[in-house]
Amino acid sequence: MKYSVDENGFYGKFGGAYIPEMLHPNVEELRENYLKIMQSPDFQEELQVLLKDYVGRPTPLYFAKRLSAKYNTQIYLKREDLNHTGAHKINNTVGQVLMAQRLGKKRIIAETGAGQHGVATATVCALMNLECIVYMGEVDILRQAPNVARMKMLGATVVPATSGSRTLKDATNEAIRDWINNPEDTYYIIGSVVGPHPYPDMVARFQAIISEEMKWQLKEKTGNENPNYVVACVGGGSNAAGAFYHYLDTPEVKLVAVEAAGMGVESGESAATSVLGKEGVIHGSRTLLMQTEDGQVTEPYSISAGLDYPGVGPMHAHLFESKRAIFENITDEEALQAVLELTRLEGIIPALESAHALAALSRIGAKPDDVVVVNLSGRGDKDLSTYLDRFQLNG
Amino acid sequence: MDNRIKSLFEQKPQGLLSVYFTAGYPNLEDTVPIILELEKNGVDLIEVGMPFSDPLADGPTIQQSSDIALRNGMTIPKLFEQLKDIRQQTQIPLVLMGYLNPVMQYGVERFCQKAQEVGIDGIILPDLPLSDYVREYKQMFEQHNLSKIFLVTPQTPEKRIREIDSHTNGFVYMVSSASTTGSTNGKAVANTDYFQRVRQMELRNPSLIGFGIHDNDTFSQACQHAKGAIIGSAFIKALAQEGSLQENIESFIQRIRN
Repeated sequence: MKYSVDENGFYGKFGGAYIPEMLHPNVEELRENYLKIMQSPDFQEELQVLLKDYVGRPTPLYFAKRLSAKYNTQIYLKREDLNHTGAHKINNTVGQVLMAQRLGKKRIIAETGAGQHGVATATVCALMNLECIVYMGEVDILRQAPNVARMKMLGATVVPATSGSRTLKDATNEAIRDWINNPEDTYYIIGSVVGPHPYPDMVARFQAIISEEMKWQLKEKTGNENPNYVVACVGGGSNAAGAFYHYLDTPEVKLVAVEAAGMGVESGESAATSVLGKEGVIHGSRTLLMQTEDGQVTEPYSISAGLDYPGVGPMHAHLFESKRAIFENITDEEALQAVLELTRLEGIIPALESAHALAALSRIGAKPDDVVVVNLSGRGDKDLSTYLDRFQLNG
Repeated sequence: MDNRIKSLFEQKPQGLLSVYFTAGYPNLEDTVPIILELEKNGVDLIEVGMPFSDPLADGPTIQQSSDIALRNGMTIPKLFEQLKDIRQQTQIPLVLMGYLNPVMQYGVERFCQKAQEVGIDGIILPDLPLSDYVREYKQMFEQHNLSKIFLVTPQTPEKRIREIDSHTNGFVYMVSSASTTGSTNGKAVANTDYFQRVRQMELRNPSLIGFGIHDNDTFSQACQHAKGAIIGSAFIKALAQEGSLQENIESFIQRIRN
């Protein structure tokens, strides 16, 4: 079984580039050039310096002693929350902004859900002195206000997406429409392993640094580069793609993808795509998609803006169908409990998204000697107002 | 096999007016009345939009009409039900236009069968890539006598335009400028180099110009560069005016033609 993308842009039957003709030249330009550019020595040199000195990599692999005691297993946290801007998202935006420069583009657009990708994009645009426009659902603008403020501070224009459910899916629609309207000078920095080929593969490659580091860090700490489990949350799936990447062809490493169940999978208010979705086309890619019988995209729900997406990257759809990854789902309440638990046991306040991965620790059935790596994809600063409300810590 | 689109271009070589509307908008049962009224007012070809929740290539006007149509209860089965006797009432060429996902869920083969059965002549699915069409669906469409119509844009290279031309029949849909539908950036018919470039290629298929055509001026200019033009968003806006469907359609078409 092959888990990486094939020459036509497919993972099994998922992937491809289902785009209107208006986007064809841009996507084709990227497809023809992305590997060549990524593999060129000058690109790699510039990228590695930025990852080390600007982003702050390598991120630590931290043995969580008290959490391990609680679950009676060996838990390591991959600290993507310690990256500059507070999440794994910047691994990808640093790479893509260099890609945009190599392609001679002057104007950067992006979509964002939780705002982490928007902030990470606005950050690299400030760094490279490029114009930056971020599309964000109106609902998300309200629930992730600190990140909106950061983007504005960084000089980005934040444009509210007012159609549909006014969340990540709709922000993505608006970004794609912008790209259609600006085909010459604009580069679209997609924030997850979604969209038309080559985006899912390119974003996965930029995020693969996560599992690349995990391997040597585990080797140092445990003597074995392979853990028993890698656990990561999945909305579109970029942090999971990065955490899984170098283990895809190592079947003894169990990969656990954790989706947002929202109010519960059967409640009608959920974002658990692997359970609720079926094959369809969204944002240029054939994948699993939450939709009605008539093929209209369903509005998802999760307390976590970063997981509130009705699809999943085509690589993950393939990992699900081929059973290479184990898919779990976690409700809002379970995620919130996991936030409090990590905060009080380890002194780390996680993002709501990452808390879904933590909450799955009770589900996976790890044995006392098993090594479990949880990808702690982001920090909880952006979610503090939600936490204060929910945990009644106000006033 | 006869195809009404082919016959249309043979009979009327210039000044064709094609109109797009979203099925189920403004009201669920308006589909057939709008078709008949458009024909009565001398429109040459009609594109019936199948609404989709996430219309990527469309601007705000068609997004909104799609939302309303979906809320009204429009679906592909419902549309075929409405169109089942349409060929007893009119012979105007009819094209169904929509996005791939709803058609995939209905079943592409079943969709083609049903389209042929009710008398549809062509299909536009902007997010079905040419390569997938050729590999998986071309035979199916041809077998059911359906023209698969593709878009080309000012950025489409000559080689790809020729490739598209070789795999389609009916017409080539020339997107006037890089934009989503309903754009009023004023560039609609300014791309004369592009129009001439395509004209000089002497394609197998005739072409129509669409996107941003909204009044007599833009329509007439488009007609100088191609066999005719396609109007969508401007017509949807006209349907939202005060007054009956008949009045709105009649006055809109008169404004375009004169």
